[in-house]
Amino acid sequence: MKKFSVKDIVAIGIGAALFFVLGRFVAIPSPVPNTNISIQYGLLSLVAVVYGPVVALISGLIGHALVDFSFGWGIWWSWVITSGIVGCIMGLSQKKVDIINEPFAGKRIVTFNIYQIIANLIGWAVVAPVLDIVIYAEPANKVFIQGLFAAASNAVTTAVVGTLLCVAYSAAKPKKDSLSKK
Amino acid sequence: MEPVISFKNFGFKYTVQKEPTLYDIDLDIFPGQKVLIAGPSGCGKSTLASCINGLAPFSYSGEYTGSLKIKGVEARDSDIFSRSKVIGTVLQDSDAQFVGLTVAEDIAFALENDEVLVDEMRRIVAETAASVGVGTHLSHAPHEISGGQKQRVSLAGVLVDDVDVLMFDEPLANLDPATGESAIELIDEIGRKSGKTVIIIEHRLEDVLHRDIDRVVLMDDGRIIADMSPAELLCSDLLIKTGIREPLYITALKYAGVSVTPEMQPAHIETLILNEADKARVREWFYRVEKPAAAPEAETMLGVSGLSFAYSNGHQALSGISFGVKRGEMTAIAGRNGAGKSTMCKLICGFEKQQEGTISFLGEDTAELSIKERAEHIGYVMQNPNQMISKVFIKDEVGLGLVLRGKPQEEVDRAVEKVLDICNLSPFVEWPVSALSYGQKKRVTIASILSLEPEMIMLDEPTAGQDFRRYTEIMEFLVELNRSGITVLLITHDMHLMLEYCDRALVFSEGRLLADDTPAAVLSDPDLIKRANLKKTSLYDLSRICGIDDPREFTARFIDFDRKARRGHD
Amino acid sequence: MTNLFNYIDRPSPVHRMTGAAKLVCLLLWSFGAMSSFDPRFLFALFVLAVVLFKISKIKVKDISFMLWFTFVFCMLNNLLIYLFSPQHGTEIYGTAHEILHIAGRYNITQEQLLYHLNVILKYLATIPIVLLFVTTTDPSEFAASLNRIGVSYKISYAVALALRYIPDIQREYHDITLSLQARGVELSKKASLVNRLKSASQTLIPLILSSMDRIEIISNAMELRSFGKNKKRTWYRHRAFSAWDYGAMILGLVILLVSVALAAFVNHGRYYNPFV
Repeated sequence: MKKFSVKDIVAIGIGAALFFVLGRFVAIPSPVPNTNISIQYGLLSLVAVVYGPVVALISGLIGHALVDFSFGWGIWWSWVITSGIVGCIMGLSQKKVDIINEPFAGKRIVTFNIYQIIANLIGWAVVAPVLDIVIYAEPANKVFIQGLFAAASNAVTTAVVGTLLCVAYSAAKPKKDSLSKK
Repeated sequence: MEPVISFKNFGFKYTVQKEPTLYDIDLDIFPGQKVLIAGPSGCGKSTLASCINGLAPFSYSGEYTGSLKIKGVEARDSDIFSRSKVIGTVLQDSDAQFVGLTVAEDIAFALENDEVLVDEMRRIVAETAASVGVGTHLSHAPHEISGGQKQRVSLAGVLVDDVDVLMFDEPLANLDPATGESAIELIDEIGRKSGKTVIIIEHRLEDVLHRDIDRVVLMDDGRIIADMSPAELLCSDLLIKTGIREPLYITALKYAGVSVTPEMQPAHIETLILNEADKARVREWFYRVEKPAAAPEAETMLGVSGLSFAYSNGHQALSGISFGVKRGEMTAIAGRNGAGKSTMCKLICGFEKQQEGTISFLGEDTAELSIKERAEHIGYVMQNPNQMISKVFIKDEVGLGLVLRGKPQEEVDRAVEKVLDICNLSPFVEWPVSALSYGQKKRVTIASILSLEPEMIMLDEPTAGQDFRRYTEIMEFLVELNRSGITVLLITHDMHLMLEYCDRALVFSEGRLLADDTPAAVLSDPDLIKRANLKKTSLYDLSRICGIDDPREFTARFIDFDRKARRGHD
Repeated sequence: MTNLFNYIDRPSPVHRMTGAAKLVCLLLWSFGAMSSFDPRFLFALFVLAVVLFKISKIKVKDISFMLWFTFVFCMLNNLLIYLFSPQHGTEIYGTAHEILHIAGRYNITQEQLLYHLNVILKYLATIPIVLLFVTTTDPSEFAASLNRIGVSYKISYAVALALRYIPDIQREYHDITLSLQARGVELSKKASLVNRLKSASQTLIPLILSSMDRIEIISNAMELRSFGKNKKRTWYRHRAFSAWDYGAMILGLVILLVSVALAAFVNHGRYYNPFV
C-alpha cells in the first residue's frame, strides 16, 4: 500500500470535511424537481488533481459516508463507493495536468475535463448501477437511467465548478522561481 | 554551559525563492533563558523559528549553510520527530494546531503518537491541563472554548512531551489585551517553574515586556542586528529604525526630552525610575502641547436604538443597545471575544434580524432593506481577505458587486478605475490577486466594497496578525478614506488602534454597551477596563508617576502629538 | 450546528458500549440485511432493532427529522422502481399472479408487491440500526473505533480530522455566503443552471482555497507533535471491551450467519419465493 505523508492525511480529512459541508448544506436546485446539484464533485476534482487518486478516493468515500450518516437514511454503499471511484479516476489526471508546477490553462483544462467526464461516466453510469443491481437487486433500467442522469449532471457540475476552482487554485499558487523579494 | 540552540555562520534559502532568507546568523541560546525574537514582517524571524523546530527544511524545503546545533547535535543529522522532543512549538494559528475533537484529546495527541498507554495518558493529560488552567474544560470541543483557552490547550499539548525549549510564534496575535496579558504571565510562570528555555517571537514589544525577558534578538532583512537586554534596546534608536513600536511610555519620555538610560530600568513601567527633573520635563511637555481639536458636529448616519437580539439557541447576544455614529467619524467597537461585537455587525448588515429595537440609516429605518440593499449604504469587510476574494483578477474582483447589479460594462470599468485609484492599486489593474501582499489584498477587498459607493464601511479586525509596518499601512489608508468623507466603523480588540485612530469607542461586554466615549477616556477608566477585558495604557501610569492628575487628557494629548509627529516623519 | 451527527448523550447500556463493538455489529448487521430478500428475516431484524431502540432510551421525536428524510427517500425509490420496472417481481420470482389490471406492463402482480415489500423492509431493517449507531456513539470515539477494527490509524485520523474541521468549515461557508450576498451573489432559481453554478463557485473559491491553505499548517502542527512517527498509535478514547460489547459483536455475527444460512439451505438463493 502507498505510504501516506502527513499532508496526504490532512488533505483527506479536510477534503472529506469540505465534501460533507457541500453535500449536506449547499443545496443548489437543479432543473429536475426535488433534486439538487451535487456541487461536491467539483471540489473532489480539485482535491484529485492536487493530491492524486488515492487521496481523492478516500476523501470521497469518507465524505460521502459522513453525508449518509448525517441524513440518517442508512449508508448506500453503492453510491459511497462510486464517489470514491470517481475521485480516484479524476486523480489519474494528476501527472498530466500538473497543477502544482504549470499554469492550469488550454490543453490542461481539456485533459482535466476528459478525465472527469470519463470518471463520471464510469462511476455513475456503470459502477453505481451495477452495484445497485448486485447489492440491492434493483431493476436494471431504473438504475441505469438514474445513473446516466447523475453522470451527466455531475459531469456538467464538475466542468463548471471544478474547472473554475482549478483555475483559481492555479492562479493563487506561487510557481517555481517566481518569488523574489521586492 | 553548553547552549541548547547554537547557530554558527548560518544561512537559509527556501527552494522556491531566489534569494536566501537568512544570512550570517550567529546565535547561542542557553538553557533556562527567556529570549524574545523581534523584527518586522519578512525579516526572517519566522524562518529562524522554522529552522529551530525543524519545519524548515523538513516541511518547507530549502537548504542551509553553516551549522545549527540543537543540544549539541547537528540539526542536519536529526529528524523532525526527535527535534520535537526537544523543542515544543505553540503556533500562531491555534485553530490549526487544535487537531483533537476535544480539549483532552488534543492535549493527548503527542502521547497517542508515542503509544503511551491509556491510563498513563489520562493522568498526564489531567495534570498538564490543570497546570495551564484548562483542567475543567477537558471534554469541550474547540468551538466551545475561547481563543485564549485554545492557546493554553496548544501549550499543554507540547508540555506533555517534557521538551527543553518552549517556542511561541506570535502568541499575542489573536488575543484581546487582557487575555494577552495573562498569556504572557502564564508563559513566564511555566518557564520559571520548569526552568525550560523560552523563545517568544512577537513584534508587540510592550506587551511581551509585561514580564521579564533576558534578551531581545532583533532581526531585519534576514540578519540579526541586535542581541541585547530589553533595557539597552529601549535606550537605542534601533526600534524606530526597524519599524517596531516602542512602549508608549518610552515614546512619551522621548517626546518630553528625557534621555532614557538603562539605569532607569525602563523595561517595565512598574520598575521605571524617574528623577524629579525628568518628571518635571514630562509635566512641562504635557502643558506645552496643544489640546486636540474637538470634532465638528455632524448629522447622525447610523442610529441604533433599543436593540436586542437572541440566537435561536436562546443565547442572548445583545440587549438594549443604543448609540449613534455621525457622518465622517471613525469609531471603534471594542470588547472581548463573545462580547457581542460581531453580532452587532451582523445586525447592521442584515445577516441576522433583531427581535427588538431599530437600526436606522440617515434617519430611515432599515428593517425593510435586504442584505444587498443595505450593502449599498454600509459596506462590510471581513477580517481575512482570503475569505472574500473569489476572482482571479483584481479588476473582476473589484467590479463584482457592480456586475452582479447589472451595470453596463463601461460604467463598471469607470467605477473600478476610480476605486483602484483611491486605493492606490491602479498600477495593478491587470494583475492576478494572488500576486499581491497581504496588505494589498486587504485593500482589494476594501476596494471591492467601495465600488458600490457606500457612505459608510465597517471592518472586522482590519489589522489582526499584522506587524506595525503593515498595520500602519492599512490604518493610514483607512484614515485617508475617512478624510475623503467615508464614515468608518472598526471592530477591534487592539487598544493602540483604538487610541491612535478612532474618535470614539463603543465598548461592549456580555451583550451590553458599557461605554460610549473617546478612546483615551475609556482606557483611563480602571473599572471599565476590567469589565471589558481591556488593559490600561502605560501612559496612564506614566502620568501618575509624573504627578499629572488628568491621565485621560495626558493620553489624549500624547496620541494627538504622536499622530502628528509620525505623519511628519513620512 | 454543533451536533451534526445527532449524538444524544443518555445513560443507557447501548451508550456505554464501545464505538468499535457497535461499528462491528452495524457492519455485520447491514451486510446481513443487504444480502437477504426474505421478508420474514427482514421483519425479524426490524423488530429486534425496535427493541434495541427501547433499551437505548432514544425516542422517536429525537430522530423524527432523520426519519422523515428516510421516508421520502424510500417512497421516491419505490415509485421509481414501479415506474421503470413494474414487472421486476415477475422477473425475479418467475411467475405472475395478477391482482389489479391497469394497462399492459403496469398491471399489479403479487410478485411485484412482494418485491416492494422487501425493499421497504430493507429500509426498516437497516435504518433504525444506523440511527441507533449515530445517536449513541460519540463522534470522537469513532476514529479510534475504525482503527480498532483494522483501518490504518492514519486513515482513521483522517476521519477524526474531517469531524474536527466540519464545524469550522461550515461556519466559514456561512460567513462567506453572507458577505457575497451583500455584494449581490445569488443562488436563486431564477438564474440559469450554468449561472447558478458559477455563482456557487464564487462562494466556493474563497472557502476552498483558504481550506487548502490550512492543510499545510495543520500537517505541520501534527508533524511537530510526532504524528506518523510510529507504526501504531494509542487513543485517548480507547476503552476495553465489556460483556455487552462482545454480545453486540456476536449478535451481528449471528445475524450475518442466519442470513447466509437462509440463502444456502432454506431459500436456495437470496430470495424467499412463496410462488413456486
